[in-house]
Parts: sequence; C-alpha cells; structure tokens
Amino acid sequence: MTKEERIENIVKLSGTDVKKCMKCGKCSGRCPAFAEMDIKPHQFVSLLGQGRIDVLLESDAIWNCLSCMACVERCPRGVAPAQVVEAVRDTVVRAQGMNGIKAEDIPPIVDEFIPQQLLVSAYRKYNK
Amino acid sequence: MQRIGVFICWCGSNIAATVDVEKVAEVMKYESGVVYSANYQYMCSENGQQLIKNAIKEHNLTGIVVGSCSPRMHEATFRKTAEAAGLNPYMVEIANIREHCSWIHKDKDEATEKAIILVRTAIAKVKLNAPLHAGESPVVKRALVIGGGIAGIQAALDIADAGFEVDIVEKNATIGGRMAQIDKTFPTLDCSACILTPKMVDCAQHEKIDILSYSEVEDVKGFVGNFNVKIRRKARFVDEKKCTGCKICMDKCPSKKGLNDFNMGLNTRPAIYIPFAQAIPNVAVIDPEQCIKMKTGKCGICQKFCGAGAIDYTQKDEFIERQYGAIVVATGFKPIGLDAFNEYGYSDNKDVITSLELERLMNAAGPTNGVLLRPSDGEHPKVITFIQCVGSRDTSGCGKPYCSKICCMYTAKHAMLVREKYPDTEVHVFYIDVRTPGKNYDEFYRRAAEQYGVDYIKGMVGKVYNENGKLMVQGSNLIDNEQITIESDLVVLATAIEPEPSVRKIATLLTASIDTNNFLTESHAKLRPVESPTAGVYLAGVCQGPKDIPETVSQASACAAKVIGLLVKDKLKTNPCVATPNEMMCNGCSQCANVCAYGAITYMDKEFRLGGGKTEVRRVASVNPAVCQGCGACTVTCPSGAMDLKGFSSKQIMSEVEAICKK
Repeated sequence: MTKEERIENIVKLSGTDVKKCMKCGKCSGRCPAFAEMDIKPHQFVSLLGQGRIDVLLESDAIWNCLSCMACVERCPRGVAPAQVVEAVRDTVVRAQGMNGIKAEDIPPIVDEFIPQQLLVSAYRKYNK
Repeated sequence: MQRIGVFICWCGSNIAATVDVEKVAEVMKYESGVVYSANYQYMCSENGQQLIKNAIKEHNLTGIVVGSCSPRMHEATFRKTAEAAGLNPYMVEIANIREHCSWIHKDKDEATEKAIILVRTAIAKVKLNAPLHAGESPVVKRALVIGGGIAGIQAALDIADAGFEVDIVEKNATIGGRMAQIDKTFPTLDCSACILTPKMVDCAQHEKIDILSYSEVEDVKGFVGNFNVKIRRKARFVDEKKCTGCKICMDKCPSKKGLNDFNMGLNTRPAIYIPFAQAIPNVAVIDPEQCIKMKTGKCGICQKFCGAGAIDYTQKDEFIERQYGAIVVATGFKPIGLDAFNEYGYSDNKDVITSLELERLMNAAGPTNGVLLRPSDGEHPKVITFIQCVGSRDTSGCGKPYCSKICCMYTAKHAMLVREKYPDTEVHVFYIDVRTPGKNYDEFYRRAAEQYGVDYIKGMVGKVYNENGKLMVQGSNLIDNEQITIESDLVVLATAIEPEPSVRKIATLLTASIDTNNFLTESHAKLRPVESPTAGVYLAGVCQGPKDIPETVSQASACAAKVIGLLVKDKLKTNPCVATPNEMMCNGCSQCANVCAYGAITYMDKEFRLGGGKTEVRRVASVNPAVCQGCGACTVTCPSGAMDLKGFSSKQIMSEVEAICKK
C-alpha cells in the first residue's frame, strides 16, 4: 500500500470529514484522557488533514484514547476526532494482524454503562 | 403574420466562450416568422440597444427575442428598448442562454444546440404574445414599521422627517428593543440608553409618527402602495390615554413575583408594571397571568390608588385596520436557547450567564444597580471567564451555522468594562477566532488585550462543572497545546443570536421570503440589500442578518430612503401580466380564490344570455387586476382551465414545451 492509499484508507475508515474542522479545539478542551494523549484529539484531525499519518501511526495516543466519544459529542462542526483515532488504531492493528482480546473474555467485565465504542476498541486495544 | 427579430448576445465571453453565438444567430434566420437575426458583443450596451431599435424600425418588427442573460437581469432593459422604438414592451421575450446554458455547460457543441432550442422556444412564445398595457394604482402615503427597536425607530424617524406618516407597531409594551437592554455600546463605550432614549422621545413627539405599542400585525392584504393591515392592539388593562406613568400602581401591587423580562429574568417585577424608567409610551401594563384581581376577582388595589383612573380590568384586545404604501420589517433578534449545550452548565449554575444577562448586571438600572455581583450569592466575582461562539458557527445541529457577528466585539467590551471597573478581577476569554472588521473595531479588541490585560485564550471550552462552589472551566489552549482548567466565579456565554421567532408569521403574512435560519431574504445580496423580493416590503436590522448597531442604523436609513422614494410617487405602474377568468368556462368552484395569496379573486353572480330570450345567473370568478401579482397559482388550480395569465397563457406555455420537445 502506498502512503497515499494508506491516508485514503484512514480517511475512509474514520468516516468523518476532517476538512469541516474549524480548529476551535473543543475536542481537546473536553478530552478526559488529554494528559495521556501524546497527540491530542484536535491534532489527529489536523495531521490527518495534512496527510501526516506517520506521527499518528506511531503515537501512544491511539492506545490511550478512551473512545468515550466526548470529542465527537461536543464538536460543533460534526467532525469525529475519536473516529480518526479509531481508524489509525485499526490501521496499526490490521497491519500487525492482531485480533485483540477474544469475544468470550468480554461478558464478565461488561456492564450496561460501558459505551459500545469502548467495547469495540477494547477488542483490539488490550491483550496486545 | 408576425415579423420577429432575434438578437443573440455574446455577453463578452460569458456566453460566446461556450455557445457559438454566430451559428445560433445564423440558424434563427431560417425559423418561420423570423425576418431578422443578429449577434452582438454586449446587447445591453448603448450600441447593442441601438442595434435593436434600428432593426425594429427598419424591419417593421412586431416582436423580438433576445438571447442573453436571465430575464431577472435585463428583461426590463430590453422592454424599455422596444418601447423606445415604438414596440409594445410585452412583445419582448428573453431566451436565457447564459445562466440556463453557457454558465452550466462545458461542451460547446451541446451548449450551442441547447441555446438554439431555448431561442426557438422564446420565438414560439413571442408568436402568441399580445400587446399588454400596464395599469396604474394609487400610493397610500403612509408607512408601517413593524418592530420598535433601534432599526424601526431610525427608519420611522427618517421617513417621518421626509413628511410622511409612519406607524410603528411594537409587540412589547414599550419601544426601544434590545438596544434599551444594552449597557454600553462598542467601540466608543458610550451609554446605550443615553443615545437611544432621545430617539425614542423623538418618535413619541413626532407629529407624523404614531406608536402602536403592545400591538401585533394580525393580517396583511393588498400590495405595494396599497397594503391593508389589520393590527391587534393587545389589552394592556390600562388606559393609554389616562395613565400618567406615576408608577404608584407598581409600588402598591401586592403580586411582585413576576420575572422581569427586561432584566432577562434576573429579578422580579409587579403584576402591573412599566418595563423600564424611560419606556415609551410611559404607560403601565398588567400581566393577566400574574394579576390577583384578574385571577381571583379580589384585590383591585392598583385601581384604588390610580389617581388617573386608568386601570380597566375588563379591557379586551382591539383590532384596527389601516392602509399603508410601504412596510418596513424590523423585528430584531433574541439570544438562542441553551438547552442543547449542557456542557456549559447554564441551566445548572446560576453563575453561568449569557452576555445579555451580563449587560443587565452591569447596568445602573439593572437588578444590581450596576454593581457586578454574581447571581448565586451576590458576591463580587474575582475570576470571570468568557466563552465565545456559544451556539454560533455550529453545524452539528445544536446551534446556528452562521457567525453571530456581534459577539467578538461585545465580549471585548465586557472584558474591558469589567477590568476598568474592577481592576482586581481576572478576566479570561476563550475564543476560536476574534473577528473584528469595522472602523476602530480591531483597535478596540486589541485595547482589551494590551491595555486592560484581558487574557485571550485560543481554544474552546469542553465543559464547565461545579466543584466546591467554584465553576471549573475546562478547555483547550491551542497555542500551548495544553488542556487548562480555570477556577472561575462567573462564566459568561457569548450566546448566538437568532431572528425574533415572530418574524415567521410576519413573513408569511407579507409573502416575504425567509431562509433556513429564519432571516428574511433580501432581493439581491449586493445590489438590493434592504428590499425584500416582495414589492413594497423593506428590511432593517437583524431580521435580515446578524449586525451591530451602526450597521442596523445604516440599513434602517437605507430602508427609509427606499420607502420615501416609493411614497413620493402618486401612482405606480401595475404589472399587466395578471390572471383573467374565461367566464364561459368558470364553474364557480372557488378553488382559485382559496389559493390566491393576495386576495385578488372574488366571486360574483352574473347573468348570461342563453339564446332564445332565456338568461341564466351563474357564479363566476372575478380578478382585481390591481391586486393580482401574476403568480399563476390560480391558473394551475382551476379544474376547468378557465383561468389564464396574460402574457403566460396556457397556450403560450404549451407552445414553449412543444418547441423544446420538437427535434
């Protein structure tokens, strides 16, 4: 896969239009995991927009993002930073051929308050 | 047999670059009925028009087709040209080969073919055109201004100063609008009331101005020059002529727990009240929902104490009807509701307030007599955090997609005023962009940052929460790539503004167009910015788009100039393209009258001769040509095809369709 194809793939996976970002920083203003994120939510949107995915692929932030979706909820422009994080994480995981945790390990640790997105990302995030 | 001339315009390269104009003109020479065909670089130019005039005279043309831009652009121009050459102006048809052809196509062959079809279509129509003659309608020399804020006040004063009668209809108990609520004005920081109230007084004292406060427009009929408006004068339960504004009723009223709208609900007012000290008219009004006498029948204290005998609990709404030549809409704005923004905690924390609430808290006539105290405990706030763009530039569906335009400036003003009055207060402003175009505007904002030490933080707030009685404002500082939390005593939200919701009803009554954000649409964004597309209706202030006071005043004066230009005319030319019923086909079903938005169609009983000395009385439609706007709604509604529009008859339209479909 060429770099251009990888960028295109991440854009497609994220399902969000980073060009809609007006650079207000509300995502990073809300992010509860901000301190643990080496690349901040607004930077994910900005860097993907510039095609600078190498920094994103190597970031720790993709493993520290809580996938709580607060940034998505609060974005005034309908951009979804967490989905960009998710797309980058997917790209890394798929490239390594990782499966994450097994489905049967999940039920005992789940309660009704866990956001679905957290669950989905947990399949890939832990047990790395 | 008609003798038709065809004139194809290049519009410089606008048309000629995509359409082979010479070929179009050449092909048209062989169309039946066409005796002359030409092409020219700019048909609308002096020389182009001369070419048309000469051809009309030399070739004795009975009708012309101009292949050019949209008829919205130059139909009137070419009609005048034809008239100057002795041809009836309604014998002119425009084939729109620019907007409908050259501008939207790339392939020259295809575009040329389409242009030929469009010109042929216009030829087919002009063959069936008949000369039409515009009638005249008188102009009522009186204007109506809907809304008594600064926009309405300025428009009314300017129109009245030119010698015309003006009525201001204001839904609230006093004129003054939002400007009356504002403490200071940017960029000069002069007191809002000090510059507004003299104008309010001018309105009240002007012999040509009649203020109809506590009134609403109920119905509008008619058309430019001749609007017939029904106005509801809401019962204020106080005789406007008798009340002296002494306010003794306000002191004596035992029901004092009503939310004071004028102070944005930050304090209370009695059931009988005058909204503020400088109200015009200075007449009390009773809130029937709050009045003990009106709810229980017992009390009547205000009536007992009123020396003027002005209180009348039995007053009912009254309706008056008046005629106007022109209408100015100046209905203004309100801050948006913040229910969709729970991240800022507006509904949970008394000390999270909107900017308009801050205006009242800073105002000497406000709930705190101008001392800045926080609403929760009446303490002086030591740290104030402002959040800009609350609900503005929001395409997520929670707020408004547009920039509210005034917030950057008023936030700079608030920050500056706070620092000026209370230098020990720490002031932070979260901003996305600071937008300050305007004379002395950017200098004003920079003064807040540079001279008054206001801390501008590039970033947005993600959440506001309460911790140990402090408001924690968590947001991003993008310049330093940090997330910060500011412990604040007061949070001020620069809330987006939206058009006053009642404008929707007014727009419907006036058939004035309105956009998805409820702003009234101007006739042309650049060249007709104060006119509504509905003739005789003009727009002033925020009802047309977000704007500040100087812009509002300019627009109001521009409206007045347009209104005066209309009212000085004794008569207006009417559009001859009006509906006409074929009485022999009309079955009297009333459907046309029901769809007519202008009330132009009435029904009458008419006697028809049947032959053999017999007569029959039938109910048939009758159109008032002075009221009909030629919209054509009736023609397509009529089930028997009895209604036709002059200049746009069904036969003409069908001939156009045939010309398009013909290979």
